[in-house]
Amino acid sequence: MTTIEAPPVADPIFDVQHITLRFGGVVSLSDVTLSMTRGEILAIIGPNGAGKTSLFNCLTGVYRPQEGRILFRAGRESAPVSVVGRKTHTINHLGVARTFQNIRLFPALTALENVQIGVETRQRSGPISSMLGLPNSRRDQKASVARALELLSFVGLRKEANTIAHALSYGAQRRLEIARALGTSPSVLLLDEPAAGTNPSEKRELGDLIKQINREMAVSVLLIEHDMKLVMSVADRVMVLNFGQLIAAGTPHEIQRDPVVVAAYLGVAPDEAAGTGAGGEA
Amino acid sequence: MTSVVKAKRQTGLWYNDSFRRLIGCLFTGVLFALVTGTTGTQKDYGFGIKHSLFHDGKPPVPSVRVIVCLLIGVVVWALITYGSQLTARLRIERSDVVAQSLDRPVVKLGTGVLVAAGLIVVPLLVAPFWREVLVTNVSIVVLLALGLNVVVGWAGLLDLGYVAFYAIGSYMAAYWTGHLPVQPPFHVNPFLTIPFAVGACLLAGVLLGAPTLRLRGDYLAIVTLGFGEIVRITANNSEEITNGPRGASNLPHFSVHLGPIKYEWGSGQLPYWYTVLVLLAIVVVLFRKLEHSRIGRAWTAIREDEVAAQATGVKTVQMKLLAFAIGASTAGLSGVVNVSKNSAFAPNNFILNVSILIVAYVVFGGMGSMLGVIVGTAVLTLLPEVLKNYLPTADQPIYFGAILVIMMIFRPAGLIPAKRRRMELGQHDTPSAEAVAVAPAGSIGHVEGS
Repeated sequence: MTTIEAPPVADPIFDVQHITLRFGGVVSLSDVTLSMTRGEILAIIGPNGAGKTSLFNCLTGVYRPQEGRILFRAGRESAPVSVVGRKTHTINHLGVARTFQNIRLFPALTALENVQIGVETRQRSGPISSMLGLPNSRRDQKASVARALELLSFVGLRKEANTIAHALSYGAQRRLEIARALGTSPSVLLLDEPAAGTNPSEKRELGDLIKQINREMAVSVLLIEHDMKLVMSVADRVMVLNFGQLIAAGTPHEIQRDPVVVAAYLGVAPDEAAGTGAGGEA
Repeated sequence: MTSVVKAKRQTGLWYNDSFRRLIGCLFTGVLFALVTGTTGTQKDYGFGIKHSLFHDGKPPVPSVRVIVCLLIGVVVWALITYGSQLTARLRIERSDVVAQSLDRPVVKLGTGVLVAAGLIVVPLLVAPFWREVLVTNVSIVVLLALGLNVVVGWAGLLDLGYVAFYAIGSYMAAYWTGHLPVQPPFHVNPFLTIPFAVGACLLAGVLLGAPTLRLRGDYLAIVTLGFGEIVRITANNSEEITNGPRGASNLPHFSVHLGPIKYEWGSGQLPYWYTVLVLLAIVVVLFRKLEHSRIGRAWTAIREDEVAAQATGVKTVQMKLLAFAIGASTAGLSGVVNVSKNSAFAPNNFILNVSILIVAYVVFGGMGSMLGVIVGTAVLTLLPEVLKNYLPTADQPIYFGAILVIMMIFRPAGLIPAKRRRMELGQHDTPSAEAVAVAPAGSIGHVEGS
């Protein structure tokens, strides 16, 4: 297997250079180099255990790669900041938001409160002003409700605002997680298998939602997904990980035709893969 | 082949749920007869058992006690087995009529006024003994428990060294009124020791929290337990600073000297009762605001899923520190009031047992529910005083423990559960999606009954 390096891009939001992540003797990511252009939808695909979620965890500060560096640039003009070694919540405050492969909402809170928590991490009113009900805390409260409702409408959950998150349907929970992440006004959104466990019509809606987030909110999207149909329909570029190594990068069209990818990942004839998709694993 | 055998076996009487429950109830009845019955002697260990279970201690004829206990067991079994249909019917009626009227603001306000009036009047009517109990054993401890509720109930951090902050508050009150071997730079009125004590506890909370709050769950519990013991033992052994095991005594009562206004709290109970009532009201109002603010929500987020909270940008360590500091300062406040009421304390008052009891009060009342914590603490602190009249002192812990055990089995979310906690424990009003999906249409009743 040959490792490739994705070509550098003009205005990278993420610039990942030669990162290696090991757990004891197990190499989870091996010398991965990739950069993500501001404003694009970049999909990362690869078989289970290829290191996709590990890469996400490195980008969000959950794991700390032993080698390499990860630079993040929130805005076109801002200076690049190294992500490695920073705390998860600090990285979130830089402008990186994510969802989880196994949904991680706050199950006992309502949909509205879930999104509010995201919005409120950017507010500054402190405990004293909250206890005394001072004007700035009341203003914050109003603003967070308004923004959260806006985001719920955006993901199509306006009617479920007062439903307990736990009681929402699977697809709705996935969308709620996206709304919560958007609450932190990120410049890049990391989606970890957002379509897992959803039905075909939900998948179509999700594809539209991702495109909408990307265009209307000007949020770059990094997407891990097994559902090939979804990946091919939304992604601007696709990168393929296998055994912790980057083995291919290119447009969806190129990736579909890439014999290395077909051999490593799809495992079926190219025309068949393009037709039916290799997705479906949850 | 084996599956057939298994299926056959499980149709036996033993696999009948209600039969097994009956056996359990009868067994508990016998146990109850033993516990309440005659005590054993050192010469004959079986004496107590024989005399509890059999008439005159001679085997075949059962004692009246055991028969009554077994009957109680049967009644409890019948209530559990057949009572659910009854309560289910009642619940529907209640949710229709009572719940709606309970939610009306007029009713809420009326209940509030009635309860407040009751709290103001009741101490005037009861005997001095109960007045004393209400002030020292109940109200001050309720204040303490409300502080711990912030840490345990809202932020979800198990703090087993909470009494340390109570101790620090007490020592601060003694220090600033000049009743410790070390003298303060200036003496202050006992009332004005409150900000000093609250400030010191805030600081202590942050100092303890900063290095330890990255720990989770059990680890945090052990560290806080250690902290509680360190504070007590240090106070006990620092003769020159804290007066060692003798503690402080002759501490001044609260007093106000503001120009023409002069008032001494003295050693009476009523002034303290009303003082604590006012403090409790302030604390409840402030905490309620906090619970429903961005900070309260952030605590809930941390409690429910710390990883997700971090990924959503919640500054978890900062928020946990805040909970710790607020809890600690409430304990400090409670310490000052206690010291001023009782005018003496010793390191012995701050043993681990106190921390554990307060955790028990909070859990019993309903973690995260202020009303629950207040009622639960009041019930559990009054209980020993009530039991005192009916039971030998040595037996009391058994009943206390039994009540806790029964409570945790049948109402794990506490006496008056917090709405959010109830959701977390899966006691939803609406059945969850899976339950509906899994259960066939006809069997939903079983799901509820199980």
